[in-house]
Amino acid sequence: MLVTITVSVVTFTLLRLSGDPAAALAGEAATTEDIEYVRRHYGFDKPLPLQYWDWATRALQGDFGISVYLKEKPVSDIIIERAPVTMKLGFFAISFAILLGIPLGVLAAMRPNTLVDRVALTIAVFGQAMPSFFFGLTLIFILAVTYRILPSSGSTTLAHFIMPSIALGYYAMPAIMRLTRAGMMEVLASDYIRTARAKGLRTYVVLFKHALRNAIIPVVSLSAAQLGFMLGGSVVIESIFTINGLGRAALQSIFRSDFEVMQAIVLTISVFYIGFNLLADLLNAFLDPRIRVH
Amino acid sequence: MAISSSPDSLPSVQELLEPSPGEILRKRMFGDWGLMIGGGVLLFIIVMAVIAPVLTWHDPLDQDLYNKYVPPIWHEKGTWDHPFGTDKFGRDYYARILFGARVSLMIGFTVMAISGVIGTAMGVAAGYFGGRVDMFVTYLINTRLAMPVILIALAVIALIGSSLEVVILVLGFLLWERFALVMRSSTQQVRNLDYVAAAEAAGCTTMRILMTEIMPNIMNNLIVVATLEVAHAVLLEAALSFLGLGVQPPDPSWGLMIAEGKTDMYFKPWVIAIPGIGLFAMLLAINLLGDGIRDVTAPENRN
Repeated sequence: MLVTITVSVVTFTLLRLSGDPAAALAGEAATTEDIEYVRRHYGFDKPLPLQYWDWATRALQGDFGISVYLKEKPVSDIIIERAPVTMKLGFFAISFAILLGIPLGVLAAMRPNTLVDRVALTIAVFGQAMPSFFFGLTLIFILAVTYRILPSSGSTTLAHFIMPSIALGYYAMPAIMRLTRAGMMEVLASDYIRTARAKGLRTYVVLFKHALRNAIIPVVSLSAAQLGFMLGGSVVIESIFTINGLGRAALQSIFRSDFEVMQAIVLTISVFYIGFNLLADLLNAFLDPRIRVH
Repeated sequence: MAISSSPDSLPSVQELLEPSPGEILRKRMFGDWGLMIGGGVLLFIIVMAVIAPVLTWHDPLDQDLYNKYVPPIWHEKGTWDHPFGTDKFGRDYYARILFGARVSLMIGFTVMAISGVIGTAMGVAAGYFGGRVDMFVTYLINTRLAMPVILIALAVIALIGSSLEVVILVLGFLLWERFALVMRSSTQQVRNLDYVAAAEAAGCTTMRILMTEIMPNIMNNLIVVATLEVAHAVLLEAALSFLGLGVQPPDPSWGLMIAEGKTDMYFKPWVIAIPGIGLFAMLLAINLLGDGIRDVTAPENRN
């Protein structure tokens, strides 16, 4: 809660202090009187804390103001319209990262220092070094232009989400894989796993019921944080694949000096980030009864 | 290891035969593939970037509209005059790649230095003093983590106006959180060790304890984070330039070159492949180096 308020104060101050919004809004040809008018009209002449107070009280009631560029369009409408697209993208992307990262991590932990482990680590190292925009363009070039299997832009069908989700999600994969591997290696070396094995339980029961359930707890928190980062990182991917989500809206609003929209998007993304982290804590409490006690 | 040798007792033969800590470290270093390859490639890129003016006979900004889209040398129509070809303005790609590496590395290292100072100061203070300081720093870290870096950077740069200094400062003031996190936990580990208690008992000032007892013992972790943060900064600069708010044209930057080549990539894939692969190689080298340093200095932290 406190974090949300601080984020909003910081964003607000940064956006107000780093330039004169009135001058930016009025345009290059504006006279001094024009700028003065804009300043008074939007309340930029009031002291900063007062401006913040006005904005925050309205924001709490779900009113984020009106987009300066798209006249008459309330900012909250833009957010409601765009957020589901980005959420969908983020959800697919994190699913991709988890579905690839956890099995790879488990495999690598089962056979440390073998070929499987090396391959998994190599994929992780390569993944971390690949800039998402270059990876996205490469995917478009191969899958959409050369082989024409997938559409290169838009967000109408599920097929449109395949490439963007991969391009956005693979970057989170290495971290998830490494953490799963480290957690699994630690758990597999513990006494209760030896007991479970000695009882004659099948390998997959030992692995999935006993080991993974414990090893996955930090991975849940990490994935939630990564999902939060992805919403912010989606600005690059959305602009490459022309997806009309929050990221693209943010970029457009930046180029149009549309501050109200920008501010609302940053706040939305931070609220989601905090929400995901809360969700991860709840999920962990469900997975690990020990956490519930504290 | 020769720990027991006091001035009046000569080291035994056994002790002389054992490798010194330095030798062990050197052996581990040269035995670590990632460290050697990463360090080697990065060193190569740094040298190329530093002596860039000697290595090319073209100015990276010179336009030559008669020689647009010359293909690179491995293409049948390539010429040695433009080993990597030219872009849509006839600018030599090889020269732009070299000078682009300069921009990337310079931004990477300066951003790392700024965020490193901020993050280390915060992390060490939180880890050493604990209590309210720790709560405050943790709160700052959480706030920073909840802010979408790219969006904030884009917005601030758009408002102030983009220049090299602005990009460096904005990224420097945004990327300190990993330093703070790692330095905080490293300091917490060192803080309760006996030699810190001894220094406190001996009446050393806080500053002296931080500088001579704490810092040297968290240096390894600091170097690892610093290396990885250079990669982070290089990546973000490329992304900002790609979106049009980082390095401004006509200056060369790999991210900007990819953005400029985006529309031509269907017929002339090399215009994005060359800077893209360059960026990938640089980031891979820095990451390998960082992982390698961690494996060599603290094998127990490997995961």
